[in-house]
Amino acid sequence: MNDAQGEGVTFDNVGLRYGTDREVLRDVSFTLFPGSFYFLTGASGAGKTSLLKLLYLAQRPSRGAIRMFGTDIITMPRKRLPAFRRRLGVVFQDFRLVPHLSAFDNVALPLRVSGVREDDLRKPVSDMLDWVGLSDRMDAHPATLSGGEQQRVAIARAVIGRPDMLVADEPTGNVDPEMALKLLRLFESLNRLGTTVVVATHDVHLLKKVPESLIMRLDKGKLSDPTGALRYPPRASGGGS
Amino acid sequence: MKKPPAIKDSTARGLNPFRGEQAAQLVPQARLAGPMPWVIAIMIALTVVAVAGGLALNNMADSARAEIAGGVTVQIMEPSLTMRERQVLAAEAALAEDPVVASIRRVPDEELDALLEPWLGVGSDNEAVPVPALIDVRLREDAKEDTLNRLRGVLATAAPAARLDAQSSWLGPVFSAIQSLKWLAAALAILLGITSAAAVWLAARSALGTNQDTIEVVHLLGGTDRQIARIFERSIGFDATLGGAVGLAIGAGVVAVLGRQFVALGSGMVAGGGLGWLDWLLIALIPIAGVLVAMLTARLTVLSSLRRML
Repeated sequence: MNDAQGEGVTFDNVGLRYGTDREVLRDVSFTLFPGSFYFLTGASGAGKTSLLKLLYLAQRPSRGAIRMFGTDIITMPRKRLPAFRRRLGVVFQDFRLVPHLSAFDNVALPLRVSGVREDDLRKPVSDMLDWVGLSDRMDAHPATLSGGEQQRVAIARAVIGRPDMLVADEPTGNVDPEMALKLLRLFESLNRLGTTVVVATHDVHLLKKVPESLIMRLDKGKLSDPTGALRYPPRASGGGS
Repeated sequence: MKKPPAIKDSTARGLNPFRGEQAAQLVPQARLAGPMPWVIAIMIALTVVAVAGGLALNNMADSARAEIAGGVTVQIMEPSLTMRERQVLAAEAALAEDPVVASIRRVPDEELDALLEPWLGVGSDNEAVPVPALIDVRLREDAKEDTLNRLRGVLATAAPAARLDAQSSWLGPVFSAIQSLKWLAAALAILLGITSAAAVWLAARSALGTNQDTIEVVHLLGGTDRQIARIFERSIGFDATLGGAVGLAIGAGVVAVLGRQFVALGSGMVAGGGLGWLDWLLIALIPIAGVLVAMLTARLTVLSSLRRML
């Protein structure tokens, strides 16, 4: 783990509003320590997706400060953002698979964007699709995949580059309990390799499946800290434990 | 449970370019099934015809101007055939002594008869309808007004019935019209170029809108603006190359057919409007310029659109 990653992600009094509407996130402050596993919970409309958008650099906050891997994201020149985005893995709630690319090409996309040679990406992409149980659907296009299969492709795409931080929005919403558990184990495995994991979910049963996880709860745009871990994080957690 | 697959060092992330076939796949390629190559083909064909027309007019004007710039016509308007012949000889002799005169050619009567045949009929009676004798004079320099006045002075003594005119003064309005047509052709070529760029801009905007989700995903996966712009640039560049080749073939075909028809007219002035190899080279550059304009337009359109995203 490098120094930059070691600094994790810090939000300080962050607020977000769309246009002139009221703020959807208010005074959000927390630190995500590297190698930790976080669940982000909250009712529908609490601001989970908005907070994730800030985390995966799709949105700038209306106010406050965000530091990511030791760098102030707010003042960072726009042209430096792609390099940071390549350190993130994102599972979108609506999957956002490229419709005219096969499952293989969708999973290979982050590696290709990063300039990985074709010879070098064939095996890891095949292995990843095999691991999520889609080795026989590599050439299938998203339209021919079920919701659960699309979700697994989206997850495979998010983790294929072994990101420094994985951000997943309701990643188990469309899969059966067995596959949900399997995917959660994949996230844990990544987490043990040093990846910070943030999973947004409204499924309270999921929280119990990862005992060492920390919970962030959003309520009407305000962040609560039920375990106190966001303010007083257990420094020894995660990171290859 | 088995471990998730590990990513090797060889897949290390960087800011390497994302290009080639794999990048091109991100935007669905309609190619000739889509409207873009055909729009560009039509624009290029029209531009080729307009530019070829402009170049032909330019060549025609240059050729005619070079031919008549030093050309002077002397008419001996004497009703008496004997007197007319005498004055012709005197005029020829006087002109031949002048240093500015390069050559003198009396237009033969047969040639004059042939010229007048449509109006006077065959075998016209020279006594009944006296036709002036014509002397075609070539000067060593352009026929300037002071030179013409001096020659008129020379002729006034030798052949009082002589009238001297510069050939360029008769064709002045024709040159003026050709000049206007040249500018019109140039303006048409520029307008077509702008229209082509506008069509490409609209196509790029449309493609950008259609593929907005894909672009956002690539953007959020760490794709740079240049990488994404290059995908569109390549796609539109390919369409423009196809369209440019088709447009050049159509345009060149039209120009060749028109050229053959004009040559068949057998008019000396029109014959000077042929296209040289340099002209054809210039015409061949039109689709290349079209491809470059299309790619540049696509690039700027996509980049300006992406800059609105974080």
